Amino acid sequence: MTTTSDAAGLADKRAVKRKFKSEMSMAFVLIGIALIFEVLGWIFVGTSFLGNDQRLSIIILQVSVTGILAVGVTHVIITGGIDLASGSVVGLSAMVAASLAQGSADVRALYPALTDLFPLWPIMAGLLVGLITGWISGFLIAKTGIPPFIATLGMMVCARGAAKWYTLGQPIGLLTPKFTWLGKSYLILGFPVPLPVLIFLGVAVVSHIALGYTRYGKYTYAIGSNPQAARVSGIDIGSHLIKVYVVAGVLSGLAGVVTAARAASAQPTMGTAYELDAIAAAVIGGTSLAGGSGRITGTLIGTIILGVITSGFTFLKIGSYYQEIIKGAIIVLAVVIDQYRRSRQARA
Amino acid sequence: MTKVSPSTIKAVRESGAVPTAEFLLQVENVRKEFAGNVALDNVSFRLRRGTVHALMGENGAGKSTLMKIIAGIYTPDAGDFYLNNVPIKLRSPLDALDNGIAMIHQELNLMNHMTIAENIWIRREPRNRFGLVDHQELRAGTYRLFKELGIDLDPDERVGQLSVASRQMVEIAKAVSYQSDVLIMDEPTSALTEREVEHLFRIIRTLREQGKGIIYITHKMNELFEIADEVSIFRDGRHIATKASRELTRDEVIRMMVGREISQMFPKVESKIGEVVLSVQNLGLKDVFEDVSFDLHAGEILGIAGLVGAGRSNIAETIFGVTPATSGSIAIGGKEIKITSPSVAMENGMAFLTEDRKESGCFLLLDIQQNMQLAALHGGYVKHGFVQQKRLSEECEEMKTTLRVKTPSMGEKILNLSGGNQQKVLIGRWLLTKPKVLILDEPTRGIDVGAKAEIHRMISTLASTGVAVIMISSELPEILGMSDRIVTIRQGRLAGILDRADADQVKIMELAAQ
Repeated sequence: MTTTSDAAGLADKRAVKRKFKSEMSMAFVLIGIALIFEVLGWIFVGTSFLGNDQRLSIIILQVSVTGILAVGVTHVIITGGIDLASGSVVGLSAMVAASLAQGSADVRALYPALTDLFPLWPIMAGLLVGLITGWISGFLIAKTGIPPFIATLGMMVCARGAAKWYTLGQPIGLLTPKFTWLGKSYLILGFPVPLPVLIFLGVAVVSHIALGYTRYGKYTYAIGSNPQAARVSGIDIGSHLIKVYVVAGVLSGLAGVVTAARAASAQPTMGTAYELDAIAAAVIGGTSLAGGSGRITGTLIGTIILGVITSGFTFLKIGSYYQEIIKGAIIVLAVVIDQYRRSRQARA
Repeated sequence: MTKVSPSTIKAVRESGAVPTAEFLLQVENVRKEFAGNVALDNVSFRLRRGTVHALMGENGAGKSTLMKIIAGIYTPDAGDFYLNNVPIKLRSPLDALDNGIAMIHQELNLMNHMTIAENIWIRREPRNRFGLVDHQELRAGTYRLFKELGIDLDPDERVGQLSVASRQMVEIAKAVSYQSDVLIMDEPTSALTEREVEHLFRIIRTLREQGKGIIYITHKMNELFEIADEVSIFRDGRHIATKASRELTRDEVIRMMVGREISQMFPKVESKIGEVVLSVQNLGLKDVFEDVSFDLHAGEILGIAGLVGAGRSNIAETIFGVTPATSGSIAIGGKEIKITSPSVAMENGMAFLTEDRKESGCFLLLDIQQNMQLAALHGGYVKHGFVQQKRLSEECEEMKTTLRVKTPSMGEKILNLSGGNQQKVLIGRWLLTKPKVLILDEPTRGIDVGAKAEIHRMISTLASTGVAVIMISSELPEILGMSDRIVTIRQGRLAGILDRADADQVKIMELAAQ
């Protein structure tokens, strides 16, 4: 009797190991990339890439906005969908939030009656923008059955248009310090920690728990794995998909608020092409575009890998045009390697 | 012995020289391991020209592995392979096909959006002098092929429009079009009606007369004696015996397959029939079925018989709300309820094991635990949005033991289980919801004998505890052996209800096909 339960325990342990195997290998890739930059740094620049103790916190700060989007799009991709609207929603949300975060000293304030507001209002407004756009995308996908690619492509164009229309293309500046504290750093245990990083990590932790330990999460994976079986198992697929797109939308809204707070201003073009970085981070992190699999831990590492690459190129003083070319190639390569690994795993 | 390259053999084949070897295909002392598990252990297999050779064995016995080696999908770790007495090494399924070995898969591999003719001649399309596809010749070639095999289908029809049986015919025609000498059929009748099976057997006999060798995998004992000339039996990766089918009896085959006696295939437990739990009145779904009425009692097993396509599964889907009814009513426990979705059906104590494990049953990417617990989450095991994983895991573990699911761990992907074990997991999924009415659509399709008996025993036990069971099955012995009453459906209408005592195979077939 004991032998069988021991065997079962061993098998369970093996299953857990396998579960985090992809995260482990991704972490190695991350370290590998960092080491390559280290070596190249000594050869070409003559300084250390990793030796700079602020480098990591700068990288995480820089990716925190796309990181929040990547977490949101991970939810969507697990259901077998895609969210192309997140970057545009960042722009729209940033504009709306900024318009409610202006100071009374600003003579050109968009809403002169609504200046010096308590920061909760602009934040809520930004999140609401995300909620509404997410709900519309989700509703279209759930009720009309159009593919997520098309629904969110439409939303991407509409939201960008709305962001430009909102001020007829004008940027919004001079946001109050009450609002911009969201983008600042604070000393925690003696270390300066930027608030956007905390928000990103907080979103990641909550998402990780929601996907792993709640009914919401179980249903999300089930729908992505086999929608027909999910329906027969009593899941209302339509209303669940709406929930998932609302989650992604709200996170896009939050990313917009953080972007505006960091810049202390907003422009209609904010967040352009962020959706692609977010999707890339999720996919590099092992989330399958076919749906049904993917984890937030992976997305987190994927986001940091993208950040390290960007930071490393800048460190090596490689021009931004080359950066884009190489980055594109790396994204494709990451997925090719992942596919290869998966197919080998499936055969074993 | 020198290895001859496949292309040489291909050339010999095409030159029209008829090999005279006794065996068309020989596999000697083959061994195959997967990650340390021995799937085939020193197995030999010989296929004679002009015979149908059946492979029998429980799921996991090694017959699929052997078949995949013959079809070039797997490469053996050790052993020799001879085609027409010539040693050969197959590198890929395409390589096998070019050497005259074609496999007709259980899950048909056709492109639904393309026509029958396009499907058959894919990558060998006839070209006209401009190098474009010659559609006339494409069609003509398909006609010739169909005539030879006695198939009556329109070559221009899209495969997606065809029934499962017709698709299978297309697959067979495709295999024949490669001039294949060896045809491998993996449970070809699992989704066919009696009449379609007859047609298939006619085609198989034609092929046999042409001197082809057919490897036939099946779980159905009666087919074995009807169509097979020789039988090879496998168990636990070993070859147990090869004999002429006329020298064997059913019991002998079963004994060799399972290595033990199965005393009773249908262990029907007499249970107390209680009150009406589910009452279906004049139920209909527009253009599919109409006017179906029956009562289901607690503790009863109600069998639903009928030909494939008669609407049996549609009725089950409508009762469970997958496709809500367009007419008639459903009452549960005496109260009429509009079942508009599976979720409503589940809230009223129903559970539904669907016909197609892969299509609408398993979450193939998820592990056994997730697969088993999913339906239970609908009604419970969730507190403040959080899944009560510990409690649920314990109950799943218990269910796994009760149902005897063979797996090292609940964290294993369901993909890696055999069909029988997958089915047990899915049954477990529904038992965890503690249903009052359990609808089972083909609960033992494509499952080996041992697991089948276990599932039958479990259904009987459930009924004896008061659960009302509806069981749809294409296998009449199963229906007759398990049911208290039998509803027969013919072309979307209820043809008759028989009591257990009155029912026999002939009466049901008379009701089902007229």
